[in-house]
Amino acid sequence: MRLRSLTATAAGLLALLASCARAPAPVAFIADGRPEHLSDWHLLNIADGRLTPNAGVLPYDLVTPLFSDYAHKLRTVWMPAGVAAKYSPDQAFDFPVGTILSKTFYYPRGGAADAVLKTYDAEPGAPAAGLDLSRVHLVETRVLVRRADGWTVLPYVWNAGQTEAQLQRTGDTQALELVDAQGHGEKFTYVVPNENQCASCHVTNLRGGTFTPLGPKARNLNRTLAYTEGSENQIARWVRAGFLTGVPAGELPRAADWRDVQLPIAARARSYLDVNCAHCHQASATASNTSLRLDALGPADWSLGICKPSVAAGKGTGDRIDDIVPGKPDDSILPFRLASTEGGVMMPELGRNTVHQEGVQLIRDWIAGMPGQCNNTTKD
Amino acid sequence: MHPTRPVLRPIILAAGVAALSAGLFGGCSKPSDPNARAGDLPVDAEFAKKLQGQLLDAKPGSVIEIPAGRWHLDRGLSLRVNGVTIHGAGMEQTILSFRNQVAGPEGLLAQASDFTIEGLTIEDTKGDALKINSGDNITIRNVRVRWTDGPRTSNGAYGLYPVKTNNVLIEGSQSFGAADAGIYVGQSRNVIVRNCRAEQNVAGIEIENTIDADVHDNVATGNTGGILVFNMPNLSQPGHSTRVFHNKVDANNLGNFGAKGTAVASVPAGSGIVVNSNSLVEIFDNDVTENATANVIISSYFSTGYFSEKGTQPGYDPYPRGIYVHDNRFKGGGDAPDGMDLKVLKTAMFGLTGRFPDVLWDGYVDPKRADVPEERLCVDATASGVLNADGPNKYKSPRMVSDTLRCKLAPLSPVTLKGGAAAAASAASV
Repeated sequence: MRLRSLTATAAGLLALLASCARAPAPVAFIADGRPEHLSDWHLLNIADGRLTPNAGVLPYDLVTPLFSDYAHKLRTVWMPAGVAAKYSPDQAFDFPVGTILSKTFYYPRGGAADAVLKTYDAEPGAPAAGLDLSRVHLVETRVLVRRADGWTVLPYVWNAGQTEAQLQRTGDTQALELVDAQGHGEKFTYVVPNENQCASCHVTNLRGGTFTPLGPKARNLNRTLAYTEGSENQIARWVRAGFLTGVPAGELPRAADWRDVQLPIAARARSYLDVNCAHCHQASATASNTSLRLDALGPADWSLGICKPSVAAGKGTGDRIDDIVPGKPDDSILPFRLASTEGGVMMPELGRNTVHQEGVQLIRDWIAGMPGQCNNTTKD
Repeated sequence: MHPTRPVLRPIILAAGVAALSAGLFGGCSKPSDPNARAGDLPVDAEFAKKLQGQLLDAKPGSVIEIPAGRWHLDRGLSLRVNGVTIHGAGMEQTILSFRNQVAGPEGLLAQASDFTIEGLTIEDTKGDALKINSGDNITIRNVRVRWTDGPRTSNGAYGLYPVKTNNVLIEGSQSFGAADAGIYVGQSRNVIVRNCRAEQNVAGIEIENTIDADVHDNVATGNTGGILVFNMPNLSQPGHSTRVFHNKVDANNLGNFGAKGTAVASVPAGSGIVVNSNSLVEIFDNDVTENATANVIISSYFSTGYFSEKGTQPGYDPYPRGIYVHDNRFKGGGDAPDGMDLKVLKTAMFGLTGRFPDVLWDGYVDPKRADVPEERLCVDATASGVLNADGPNKYKSPRMVSDTLRCKLAPLSPVTLKGGAAAAASAASV
């Protein structure tokens, strides 16, 4: 009797869970505190072996993304009804209170438990139709939430069962092996940053600056995405969703796709440096003490590193004198640091423990094609 | 006596480090996960998580106590909250080791104002040991940073490293083994460095592009260069007004192990006090002894080999101006300069057994302002003399110029700290 009633209760619970799966709870804007679990936000659903954006949550992609140890990223944006971000031509949009951005870092699986694939091939259906959990390894999901007092960052780390992600404010490490198309494996430590390390990129003005999103800028969103209901320009889609206002008529700025070989190499390289380096290497940001400015809008002179001796590189010079020596990638500090994984040498300092081979090659090719020379000398 | 010192010192130091490791390691540190290791050292994962958590949760006024023990961390720590004090149990008691660090690259990166850190050791970081970027009212007291394998190019660049800061007090602190500068203050304003010790670094103590600094009562010994006052191009501000006084700058004869391309890589081994391209520097009441290239070097960016028209911000001033060297106690030095050019020059002018005078000057002068009295180089007779190496003419006519430089400059004003560092300074001096 007793057993039977327990069974009945269990069956009822299962039915309840199943109905939840069919009609997931809506996205929750949590105005304060630090929810312990990613699922508290109801941004992403897990059902039928897929991780998918919840209703009203728009996936988005960037023209040129930040390199993060070859991780793939599922990015989403959500806003409460009745509010919208304000367009900016060159900065991150001005997002309203209630906005939730998320970025899920994952890899296509590579066979062994800790093996993941080094590939640029997109997962079937990603990002709009979410991810097939039998094919991917979820590492972390970073949630950026715009509250009344500014942005809060919350790093969640996925459990081994890939069923839930737990808040890890002090970051985490994970041993992985990156397997390339030829089957060569490279073991590395994936590092989940702590909240302060998030801020060291996301606060671009060290004195009195506030935390801002980096990716969702007009120039980096201005591209087509295959949504479940069809392909559309992302900025147009955001406007249609009521997420964005103030978009001017006419041509909008567009960053160069770093992988598009049809584009001039200087544009691709500057776009790559802009996304991967300029959050620190711009006026007033973390690396402003080096006076090296790598944002796409700066002049192509010493401040971009051309013939510029290092300031605080230490062993990071690799016994080289100038950041960029035109025509001579081997003599230039910049590609040397991009090609290193040694702490104190490698750049960027955070967010990677592997070398972005294709990115290094792009920067080397750009420098190799640069005219002129430096002529460092003692002066008569 | 003196030739034995550079040999003996590192051995004594190394023995001390080994004893310390053995003593503290067993007693204080219990790894939370026996399988978590950074190289041969257990990582105190729970300790690191708790400490970083405290740094995240800190509020203005928070005091974070780090208990005695030798703690192994594999990721750098970071602070972004103003008004925080970090307090160890003493530099011999609280040791944060970053050997085999996987992320950082700093030991502790503070991007905060009204920050005080005292009473601990940070060692073996991949990058800079303690970096404070863009903050006001900074106090670093009784903090030791070191690289325990001795001087190596692969060591972190900077030991104690406030940059773009205002009102900075560094006292009672030590740096050993930095591959660039041990105690470095850059692009800052209102700075006091006192009662510190720098040993086995490329640059012992370096003040760079900084306005108003007092460097006094420090010991700089066994470095490549003892105390440096530099102005490099392309930075946020040119520096001026540094007083270097009542320091002991002895036998800074360590071979230069800085990576080529760093500013300090241009410093010859055996440099006592070096001024490069900086202005208004007063060097007085120091004991400057046995620095084998020269006890004092006055030089221009033009001598570093890094100058290029393209790579230098227009308006950069490469000339040292208003440098006043007086009332120091010099002894020995100048007898074994580093580098072939300097060896040849020394032998040619002073013979095989002779030595450079106490002050070596590369001779670069702004031709437009050579006669402006307050921009001259003035050296009194407490120095054995000044050699103008004639850099502008490719070192063709080096000559002794002691007598022409017996001028006087107005003394610089003492640095007065404001704000939190000032309160700390007065409290400490009571």
